[in-house]
Amino acid sequence: MANKPIKVALIGNPNTGKTLLFNQLTGLNQKVGNYPGVTVDKKEGVSKLSATQNAIITDLPGTYSINPTSMDESIVLKTLLKKDIKESPDVILVVADVENLKRNLLLFSQIKDLEIPTILAINMVDQMHKKGISIDVSVLKEELNTEVVLISAKKNEGIKEVKEAIIRCHVAAKASPLCGINHKIDPDYFAKLKEISPNYSLYELWLMVTQNNFPETITASEKAALLSFKQDISKLKKYQHKETIYRYQEINKILKKTYLVDKSKASDVRSKLDKIFTHKIFGYIIFFLILLVIFQSIFDWASVPMDFIDGLFANFSELVKEALPEGVFTDLLTDGIIPGIGGVVIFIPQIAILFLFIAILEETGYMSRVVFLMDKIMRRFGMNGKSVIPLISGTACAIPAIMATRTIGNWKERLITILVVPFTTCSARLPVYAILIALIIPDTKIFGLFNLQGLVLLSLYALGFGTAILAGYILHKTLNINSKSFFVIEMPNYKIPSFKNVFFEVVEKTKAFVFGAGKIILALSIVLWFLASNGSSDFKNAEKNVSKLDVSQNLPSDELDKKIASYKLENSYIGMLGKSIEPVIRPLGFDWKIGIALITSFAAREVFVGTLATIYSVEANDDDVTTIKQKMASEINPETGEKRFNFPVGMSLLVFYAFAMQCMATLAIVKKETKTWKWPLIQLVGMGLLAYVSSLIIYQILS
Amino acid sequence: MRDFLYQNLSTIASLQIGEIGYISEESLDNIPLKLLEMGCLPGAEVQLIQIAPLKDPIYICVNGSHLAIRTETAAQIKILKSE
Repeated sequence: MANKPIKVALIGNPNTGKTLLFNQLTGLNQKVGNYPGVTVDKKEGVSKLSATQNAIITDLPGTYSINPTSMDESIVLKTLLKKDIKESPDVILVVADVENLKRNLLLFSQIKDLEIPTILAINMVDQMHKKGISIDVSVLKEELNTEVVLISAKKNEGIKEVKEAIIRCHVAAKASPLCGINHKIDPDYFAKLKEISPNYSLYELWLMVTQNNFPETITASEKAALLSFKQDISKLKKYQHKETIYRYQEINKILKKTYLVDKSKASDVRSKLDKIFTHKIFGYIIFFLILLVIFQSIFDWASVPMDFIDGLFANFSELVKEALPEGVFTDLLTDGIIPGIGGVVIFIPQIAILFLFIAILEETGYMSRVVFLMDKIMRRFGMNGKSVIPLISGTACAIPAIMATRTIGNWKERLITILVVPFTTCSARLPVYAILIALIIPDTKIFGLFNLQGLVLLSLYALGFGTAILAGYILHKTLNINSKSFFVIEMPNYKIPSFKNVFFEVVEKTKAFVFGAGKIILALSIVLWFLASNGSSDFKNAEKNVSKLDVSQNLPSDELDKKIASYKLENSYIGMLGKSIEPVIRPLGFDWKIGIALITSFAAREVFVGTLATIYSVEANDDDVTTIKQKMASEINPETGEKRFNFPVGMSLLVFYAFAMQCMATLAIVKKETKTWKWPLIQLVGMGLLAYVSSLIIYQILS
Repeated sequence: MRDFLYQNLSTIASLQIGEIGYISEESLDNIPLKLLEMGCLPGAEVQLIQIAPLKDPIYICVNGSHLAIRTETAAQIKILKSE
């Protein structure tokens, strides 16, 4: 590329189709991380503007104003106040919804006053005719003193014009405030404010004062001078109110000249749908039915590809074993790495289905109705209607769910939501549940309709939600945090979801999840394999020791090999580790092999299945390659001669995994979001104790 | 805007479903900044669309924005009814 890429920040109200425009501009050239270490705050993509010019587009969280009231909105302000050459945007692209142009222009007017080159893209213009809206673009351009482009991100119209406008805007580098607003409220006051620093526009200085948000580039004396403005808080508040009203007056003046709505064309599809979805009885029934469909499909639809993947990896392992010469490396591959990776890949179908449903619910606008229905109920449990979204997306993964709590303005409600989200059944628990349920619950139908295994899975989800809610109630009553509550949510118009958006969302989330978890699992399975294939002197002398014991019995050679393999595993490092914790977990019905899986799955729950797979493959005879499920089903408890995974043990394990905080990544993200180790530690200990006690009770009752 | 009769001085929380009112100038200080920014301005027309099943929050349309707010906030915003 001949020219330096232009840095473009994409900003807009929520529900304006901002994400779709981002996807249209960048295609698959995006980078997003949903895992700790990689920040989720910033979604970046490269867009080819012309043959010689690229742009780096940053998608900022949706916001109604740059005065933040929640954590994700403060990210927008922070980015815009940066004066660092590397990060501050060259051009700001504001996306507005044609139907809500007035409210969208408020954000635009604030951005414009930052005196950074700005473009206004008015989206969803394909709806204009139907809604009876007409816009005089040339007058609007003049009045707003900016580039205005009409687009339809959905129909991929106007995208080329947006790209051209970015280049023109960057070249012209014209940036003037729109309202010059603050002079008109109190000229002396704002003149004094402007004197503080020549490096910032008046509006930027005003934002620093009102939002208490100072960029690193500001000097100490400037900061002190700005802080002196904060002494009269009531005056600040009054001026902010005045500022907003003044902005709306100016916007109204402009829209009067340029924007016309023929109200006779308004349709009432929205109100009809609202009557159903927010109905006091049907509203809840529909919500419950949607949840039921989601969970049934996770178990029913996903089982086909999952069985296929499970079989595939078993065959692959066998193939590799035959193709490669015997040796340490082949062992590592077939007993360590392949079963380990299989343990991650196997639950791609379930995660994808979950993310698919969540993306559709958000895209259609239905999620806001759920928030509306649930707010009062959630408040009794110390949370907020908006907590429902993290609790539902927690069923996919707690990490994005905890990040999703950033939209909750009230700190106490947000903290409680963060603390209880890990109780919801995340997809990492699914492989554990799926395999245990398949082992201990018969595959029969109840009333010829519901699959019994599916119903057990559904009740585990209910257990997770129930515990989350209950824990919320306890925290609500015990946590002594005073935080003023204010709640508002937009009820967007119903929309048919964009296939492209849903597809990108599913691919991106699944990818982040698999690679994030995949790295941990791969590393752990190698470590595990090493610890299982090496050990003390007893391990090295396994063959001698076993033969000595069996001299009198004259076992056939393959039986003897099996005995040697078991003996080796028991005396390997990992075996020693498992044995050392066996006394603690024996009352729960677990042996030392399950103990090993419990230890390794502290990294991530899904490692449980992979660990057992690795342990049983190391132990099994070389020609004995089977699926994970078969391996677990044939595992025998030597004390009773019964199956190891019988009903009491299975139930005890299910409950243990429902409650225990076994996810390092979640602990890390909770630390990041709460800025202290206190809360993740409380989660770890609290959930661990609950898991231990509950499993103990369940096993002792059932066995 | 000033044509209506000053008959009823009440709050958004006291509206019936479908009923329309106008936000009064005097409650400006009681409107949180965020709500102002979302279009809930003095003088604006506000219509109650729906009340959540447990009587809270409420769903309103103001200045073209469709919003859900809690009744405790709504009860602080005075309105004038036009009937």
